[in-house]
Amino acid sequence: MLRYIIRRLLISIPVLLGITMITFAAYNLAPGDPISAMIDPSVPVAPEVLEKMKEDLGLNKPVYIRYLIWLKEAARGNLGYAYNSSTPVLKKIGDRLPATLALTVSAMLLAISLGVPLGVYSALRQYSALDYLLTFFAFVAVSIPAFFFALGIIYIFSVRLGIFPVQGMHDPDATNPFLDFLRHLILPATALGLERIAGFLRYTRSAVLEVLGQDYMTTARAKGLSERVVLWRHGFRNALISMITILSLSIPGLFGGAFIIEWIFSWPGMGQLAVSSVNMRDYPTLMGIALIGSTLVLLSNLLADILYAVADPRIRYA
Amino acid sequence: MHDPNNASADEQLVRLTSRRDTPMRRRVRRFLRHRMAVVGAVILLTLGLASIAAPLISPHDPVEVDVTAIKKPPSADHLLGTDYAGRDVLSRLIWGGRVSMSVGLVAAGIAVTIGTVLGLISGFSGRWVDFWLQRLTEVVMTIPTFIMIITLVAVLGPSIFNIMFVIGIFGWTGTCRLVRGETLSVRERDFVLASRCVGASPARIMFRHILPNVVAPIIVAGTFMIAGAILSEAGLSFLGLGVRMPTPTWGNMLTNAQSITVLESMPWLWLPPGLLITLVVLSINFLGDALRDALDPRLLNR
Repeated sequence: MLRYIIRRLLISIPVLLGITMITFAAYNLAPGDPISAMIDPSVPVAPEVLEKMKEDLGLNKPVYIRYLIWLKEAARGNLGYAYNSSTPVLKKIGDRLPATLALTVSAMLLAISLGVPLGVYSALRQYSALDYLLTFFAFVAVSIPAFFFALGIIYIFSVRLGIFPVQGMHDPDATNPFLDFLRHLILPATALGLERIAGFLRYTRSAVLEVLGQDYMTTARAKGLSERVVLWRHGFRNALISMITILSLSIPGLFGGAFIIEWIFSWPGMGQLAVSSVNMRDYPTLMGIALIGSTLVLLSNLLADILYAVADPRIRYA
Repeated sequence: MHDPNNASADEQLVRLTSRRDTPMRRRVRRFLRHRMAVVGAVILLTLGLASIAAPLISPHDPVEVDVTAIKKPPSADHLLGTDYAGRDVLSRLIWGGRVSMSVGLVAAGIAVTIGTVLGLISGFSGRWVDFWLQRLTEVVMTIPTFIMIITLVAVLGPSIFNIMFVIGIFGWTGTCRLVRGETLSVRERDFVLASRCVGASPARIMFRHILPNVVAPIIVAGTFMIAGAILSEAGLSFLGLGVRMPTPTWGNMLTNAQSITVLESMPWLWLPPGLLITLVVLSINFLGDALRDALDPRLLNR
């Protein structure tokens, strides 16, 4: 098991290097450079001044040297400074990280706590009216663009009914900060979770259906075990294995989805920072986000793999 | 009383041996059993034709600015109203469908092509080629796609072709694994051995003999990928990182709905494009589901 984890961790290193190399190269080959984003285009600037600005920011060195410098500093925990402010990138991202984690983890918990029971129910009552209804719901939920759904629930619950706030994470005047935070969290977490609820529902349903047809289920029943033990001990344990696969596969998409959802709800997370950094051509910040975001995704995948081994003894002892 | 399930043995024999009951016909029959997919196919066909005929049927120029008619509600002249620059929403929807659907088709085409070629090579060659191609697939699978797409779009510039390309080059991993798996089983079959014996080149065996046998799952995967690519494009364009104004796409038409005023009092600006994306993606997903059923050779006798 430990060897398995170590191997997975070692594989992550070239992946991270690859991702940072591609992003670094991409940003540095970009047509517009940060200097032109910093200066006012209506005021003429002497070429010598531009040269000086480039030198100050280290932009006159070749790309690969700049990558190596970046890598060396990144290894020391220094991701550089945002071009247009004196805030270190690491601090900028660190400030945003808790908000993104709160959003993504709540969306995931929501998806699991709704999708899995509904999927089990759907499978146990296959071809019932509710099964058809849930299957149809799952189709709609994966087809509706997350941002359109988000706009829809903002329209209904914030604009029309006024139950939930339109955007942001905190209301400074709130009496109970935690309840206020939850009130702000519900809409974005639902918008981000919807597609995953459907995903978990569909996968759980098919996993349970597959398990139900297996011989060991018949054996368990033939032994005279109670239906509850047959379903949960024999059935659910086995269905769990394929459900962890979908958990790990949906993690990169979860972070991607958070970009859009954070932007719509002005949720002060990494996604919102990324979109505004693209518009400001703030490459150091974007590099940092690519690195931290990828690391998070890789770590969550690793976690899912470990869960996999916990759920399936065949993997643990292989 | 004639009940097809209760037909006599003679009748069944006639049904099975008659020229009318070909595997293709059975596939069509299984497809038609999925009502939602048939409805979806009709919707897609209609919208597809509307996109092709956009220059003929759109009532106004989709990019023409009219400062005298800004944010006007639906009227006889503008059936779905006008946007913040006085452009006709209905015409933008029709032209936007052109962009959104072709981005979906081309991006999925790129992804499926890469996935199929790499999957065939990986499954057919085996050994170290297979090993490294599968490691590459794993690496691409763990890349947080959206971060990379945003990166590349920011750099390459948000043109329609760059969007197609960028969505395509990160979407091939699923197809690759699928095709590899199928190839592994097909390459053990006798006809592959036979073509090897007559001296066919590996490329010929892969593309002429193995590919036709793995094409069904590729079609199904490709269908779902079109749906995914349409959603990706819509998301990117919505953020303003995709296809830029004034070129209309269903995604960027929703960008302005982020203002509360538009959301609250101008539903004609944000409901139609959102509903159309949902409708198209839903239809494609139903279609893919039915195709999976219809093309599964294990179900051929049903």
